Amino acid sequence: MKNSVNRELPDDLMKKLNYKDFETTDIGHPDIQRVAPKVHVTTGNDKVVDSIEDVVKKTVKDGMTISFHHHFRNGDFVFNKVMRIIIDLGIKDLTLAPSSLTGVMNDMVIEAIKKGTITNITSSGMRGSLGDFVSHGGLKNPVIFRSHGNRARAIEHGDIKIDVAFLGVPNADKLGNANGMQGDAVFGSLGYALMDAQYADRVVLLTDNIMPYPNTPASIKQTQVDYVVKVDKVGDPDKIGSGATRFTKDPKELKIASTVNDVIVNSPYFKDGFSFQTGSGGAALAVTRYLRQAMIDNKIKASFALGGITKPTTDLLDEGLVSRVMDVQDFDKGAAESMHTNPNQQEIDASWYADPDNKGAMVDQLDVVILSALEIDTGFNVNVMTGSDGVIRGAVGGHQDAATAKLTIISAPLVRGRIATVVPKVTTNVTPGDSVDVLVTEYGIAINPRRKDLQEAFANLPGVPVYTIEELQKMAEAKVGKPKPLEFTDRTVALVEYRDGSIIDAIHEVKD
Amino acid sequence: MEIKQTAVAGTLESSDIQIMLSKGNDGIQIDLESDVKKQFGDQIESVITETLKKFDIDNAKVKAVDKGALDCVIKARTIAVAQRALKTADQPAWEVL
Repeated sequence: MKNSVNRELPDDLMKKLNYKDFETTDIGHPDIQRVAPKVHVTTGNDKVVDSIEDVVKKTVKDGMTISFHHHFRNGDFVFNKVMRIIIDLGIKDLTLAPSSLTGVMNDMVIEAIKKGTITNITSSGMRGSLGDFVSHGGLKNPVIFRSHGNRARAIEHGDIKIDVAFLGVPNADKLGNANGMQGDAVFGSLGYALMDAQYADRVVLLTDNIMPYPNTPASIKQTQVDYVVKVDKVGDPDKIGSGATRFTKDPKELKIASTVNDVIVNSPYFKDGFSFQTGSGGAALAVTRYLRQAMIDNKIKASFALGGITKPTTDLLDEGLVSRVMDVQDFDKGAAESMHTNPNQQEIDASWYADPDNKGAMVDQLDVVILSALEIDTGFNVNVMTGSDGVIRGAVGGHQDAATAKLTIISAPLVRGRIATVVPKVTTNVTPGDSVDVLVTEYGIAINPRRKDLQEAFANLPGVPVYTIEELQKMAEAKVGKPKPLEFTDRTVALVEYRDGSIIDAIHEVKD
Repeated sequence: MEIKQTAVAGTLESSDIQIMLSKGNDGIQIDLESDVKKQFGDQIESVITETLKKFDIDNAKVKAVDKGALDCVIKARTIAVAQRALKTADQPAWEVL
């Protein structure tokens, strides 16, 4: 059966997993019942243990759901340490429910799948060898991909019921008060891990830095933590984030960034007190630089910047051009350090950031967002999950969530090498076209026909040619040619949820 | 025309293609490596074959490492490698262009 964005979904799986088809981006006003975690009562004097193995033996049983956070990114030591022990203990049939999976975890996840340790996965995304493995049918049950906001929603609903959360932190005291800002392996905001700390039945902190009690500021609180495990090292500081952020010199990216800036500045949203989210990546960082100048020139200040934060954004905070940074994760050291020193950089959890089933999330207040795309089609639907060969190599991240903004801009080159970015139909629909407003390429922009107001606003911008998205798609095809359609088998290897928990698309096993 | 020597043209930079042409005796045999082989493999091979045919090369071994080159680049690199292999690079075959 096809859903409202015309994607064929596997009826049998949908029924078995009790899923609804994606219908609309409108969340409405449902009444939601949240769940609460089990509490194993203690006065807290016996939490510190030296052995991960002892804790795993006490807490993890066959068939459970375990979780991790990905704030250490490719500098993570915690995931592999814990999973090694779980695999070697012969525990089976686990559901792995991390906030996301990074490259450094790939080999271990593949081994755990092959040995039957892990039989289900839900994640924001996966890349590299693991994406390849899953796309070639390596995992029997379909992976469930969820956005960061949707993961928060699913945890609060009990759709993801975490039995044990293993959370690496750069500091903690003997009762589990911890933050992401002090120590060797700092990463700043603990945004995604705060959900696990709040809702998991058992919370195990792993740290290389036991602080005097009580340790403040406490992002994770002693009231939430069952065990504190002392380990040698939780992460490699050099691989957690990029060091000094470098601006792109690529003329194509700069052209796209300056056009994105033109679109923002000439939109009805660019006025005192506006808000924005830019994300990471070369073009996004350059946008921040152009936007800074435009804000100074026009004497405009932003009320807040949101999402994944980089140094260029915290620089705006220091300059007084942005009043608050609402920070769910930090992409570089500069941003992580700034959270420690600047009280106007507020740590927010994934629910506050983007959970749709909320009494208001930050994304609902967001004016402008700049997002990327692997592909965007003539219906403005965006794929950030599968590559041009149909293999999983991406993540939903906050894409669906932030696209809720009043002005959602997709910035992407028209073609990458021989691969068109603007296509007739995306390989995987992750973010529906209804929530996308403007596509910016190096050749010009396309405006969603739904947005008549923006078509008027951008009709005569000097240096910003406006095309229909069909024209941009044809332009791309004229350059690279018409690709042979990808071949897939009937087998579903992953389901992509929309942020409300309905299914927006299915990913199939690639035929090689 | 007969290939006189093994020749190479092109680089391994992105959007380029590196082609090595050497003697063969069983038609034009192409060994193609490309990240976009699934979608554009046939097209890349047909551009190489057709361009070689314009030089009357009917037997050759072709090793091509593609980094997402467009057709015009593939054609240019094939012309260059053909002329080098035929030892005619000092007399560009303008009519083939």
